Amino acid sequence: MDRRQFLRGMTVAGCSAAAHPMLTSVTLAQGAGLGENRLIVVILRGAMDGLDVVQPVGDRDFAALRPGLPRAEMMLSGPFALHPGLGGLQGLWQAGQLGFVQATSTPYRDKRSHFDGQSLLESGTGMDVAIGAQRDGWLNRMLQTVPGLSAETAYAVGREALPLLAGAGPSRAWTPDVSLMLSAQSQLLLDHIYHDDDLFREAGAEAVELSADLSERAGRGPLEGAEARKPGPGENRPWPDLDGLVDFAAGRMAGATRIAAFSLAGWDTHRNQAGAIARPLSRLQRVILRMQAQLGPQVWGRTTLIAMTEFGRTVRQNGTGGTDHGTGGAVVLAGGALRGGAVWGDWPGLSETALYDRRDLMPTSDVRAWAAWSMRGLFGLDRAVLERAVFPGLDMGRDPRLIL
Amino acid sequence: MLAALSGPDDMAKRHPTFGFGAALPMMARANEARKKARQDPAQRAAYQSAIREVSLAAESNVRAEFARCLDAQDTFRERLCAFWTDHFTTKARSAAERPLPGTLTHDAVRPHVAGRFEDMLIAATLHPAMLAYLDQSASIGPLSAVGKRRGRGVNENLAREVMELHSLGVGAAYAQADVRQMALLLTGLEANLKDGFMFHPNRAEPGAEVILGKAYGGDGLVPIKAALVDLARHPATAAHIAGKLATHFVADQPDPDLVAAMTAAYVASGGALLDVYAAMLNHPAAWSLRQMKARPPVEFVLAALRALGMTGDALKRMGRGPFSRMILKSMALMGQDWQNPVGPDGWSEAAEAWITPQGLGARISWAMEVPGRLVRPMPDPVAFAGHSLGPAADARLVWAAARAESLREGVGLVLASPAFNRR
Repeated sequence: MDRRQFLRGMTVAGCSAAAHPMLTSVTLAQGAGLGENRLIVVILRGAMDGLDVVQPVGDRDFAALRPGLPRAEMMLSGPFALHPGLGGLQGLWQAGQLGFVQATSTPYRDKRSHFDGQSLLESGTGMDVAIGAQRDGWLNRMLQTVPGLSAETAYAVGREALPLLAGAGPSRAWTPDVSLMLSAQSQLLLDHIYHDDDLFREAGAEAVELSADLSERAGRGPLEGAEARKPGPGENRPWPDLDGLVDFAAGRMAGATRIAAFSLAGWDTHRNQAGAIARPLSRLQRVILRMQAQLGPQVWGRTTLIAMTEFGRTVRQNGTGGTDHGTGGAVVLAGGALRGGAVWGDWPGLSETALYDRRDLMPTSDVRAWAAWSMRGLFGLDRAVLERAVFPGLDMGRDPRLIL
Repeated sequence: MLAALSGPDDMAKRHPTFGFGAALPMMARANEARKKARQDPAQRAAYQSAIREVSLAAESNVRAEFARCLDAQDTFRERLCAFWTDHFTTKARSAAERPLPGTLTHDAVRPHVAGRFEDMLIAATLHPAMLAYLDQSASIGPLSAVGKRRGRGVNENLAREVMELHSLGVGAAYAQADVRQMALLLTGLEANLKDGFMFHPNRAEPGAEVILGKAYGGDGLVPIKAALVDLARHPATAAHIAGKLATHFVADQPDPDLVAAMTAAYVASGGALLDVYAAMLNHPAAWSLRQMKARPPVEFVLAALRALGMTGDALKRMGRGPFSRMILKSMALMGQDWQNPVGPDGWSEAAEAWITPQGLGARISWAMEVPGRLVRPMPDPVAFAGHSLGPAADARLVWAAARAESLREGVGLVLASPAFNRR
């Protein structure tokens, strides 16, 4: 449908959910050209400490590096154990629907800036492209390579713009808590005013269309009430702001949408990490578990979620019970389409000489390769397209067979 | 504009704010009340009332800052304060700390906004809001007396951001070793909600630290301030500050010649900010590129209220509920949860970051619904377009404003227009 026509013709009503305090973002893309599988990308902002989430408890050097951080007990494979804050995912692990990559990173090195690190993570480029000069995000470039995705098939949800999906490919952004109630005349006039300004015309048309579309979904059941007692680690507790986004994304993905991208902030645990990491872990777990529940077994069975962060953190805890910016980190994968139950990646060890810059976990793989293999497995994209168009210059390496 | 900036600060008198010293007693009370309430549930009401007191105080600083933007004849000083507050972004980490970001503006930004950058850098780096937000208070020299006794150590957070965000910029030639040395140099600094700012010699790493090839030795604050002064006077800092100012005030991709002129003024004056602003305002690029930037939500909302004739006093009189719903929560929906950006890099400058479907949808919705509840009577839309936008009111906008079905919607269309949302 022509969007301007849509803008003229619709009478729009909206519903407003409770405002959510954390900046969180969902971006969605839909289309026949991708087949039946679904991909969810979660950007973990602030640098998740992969060594705390997927703890190498069987590595002889590990305990001494982090005397003040609690030990994980839920064993995964090899030397690794899962942080109790993700304990609610144990069932998924046993079902082979959860996996991790350890000791991986983007090509970003040395300056350890969150903002440059995230920029590289989302652009998917190498260090040959100046940071800040990237024009689009890798998920958008993937959409650009797939024929058959029309302008209406890609759109977005969430308050924060996601560079991951920015670009010429069909994608949109939306958050379900914005509502627009415009008279037909106001819509027509607004369309007129926005006519000559590309940025406002595109954003305004999508705002009206999506607000209208969302109002049809009004009246979803009340959110589970937050309980008075403090939830234990790993408990599947509700996060109303996130749940609204997940429900919206799941509703879309149950239909024609094939791709969603979220961002979750709060991982910058410089201090008192034992306490500080509980909240972002609980939120990440919630996204996974609620997505599974809302999608239902059939769609979940065709879904893979990949959660990536800008870099890992120092192998040693710092002087304040936290960790500082590092290099090698971890990826979290989940979904019914995943060949899970594995911790992928070559483990470099934690001895002094095995570290990067004598302080960080040495990356043994490029984080882009795991995203690339996920997309190859889910959507059948050519390796050459992934290595040239989506992640220019990437060597995907050998097939880890991530997807069933 | 510059003359007004070096003259008396009328708005600070008319809508006073308060600094850390004034906030400390109530923050201390709230912090104590929290501890007590944890041990004894019967103290919960006392805790809630203490938190209410700090929340009201924090909000009164926000309201005063907004009121200044509505009443100031020349808003350059207000816009500069907002710019520098964002440059030195801090956030409250707990309810008891809520006034902190506003006190940094009061203590460290506003007094130096027409002064020298090095003074602002020192004031902001040593401010309790900064020491708390970027974890400096917990950082301890591993070889200091306290470090050795308690086995504690250093935290790099503030040191990294001072170099990356506040002074040199991420592209500058500094290395991880410099960050580490800076972190060791900053040990000893602490601020808490009981005693405020302190320097503890027994937490400071002994010996000199070497940053960018220069050694900083000696005791107390002297070497810390010396290093901050050198960072402030570094050529990379001049270019970084000039680029940020030009990006904020002129265009998302500013003319390199404009940035070069501002950088040169910075270097020649040793970071005298008036000279840098003068180089910007005297450059033709600052005047030729109109309507290039998108106003962030805070500017959008305040510009709208100002255009509609709302006074600072009226904004300060708003009830808490309406202020929260119609101003703060609305800004959050537009993408700017006030005083709560994601990270220490503050708010985005890019038009594309704000004019998203969801962000613009929230603006349109606000423009249509809120002003009519705050301002009576509503002005004639066409006249309003003319007086609020001047020559930027284009023919399409005037045509549309005349055809709205109601005054409310006509004014809403003007406020939702590209002309009003860009600058």
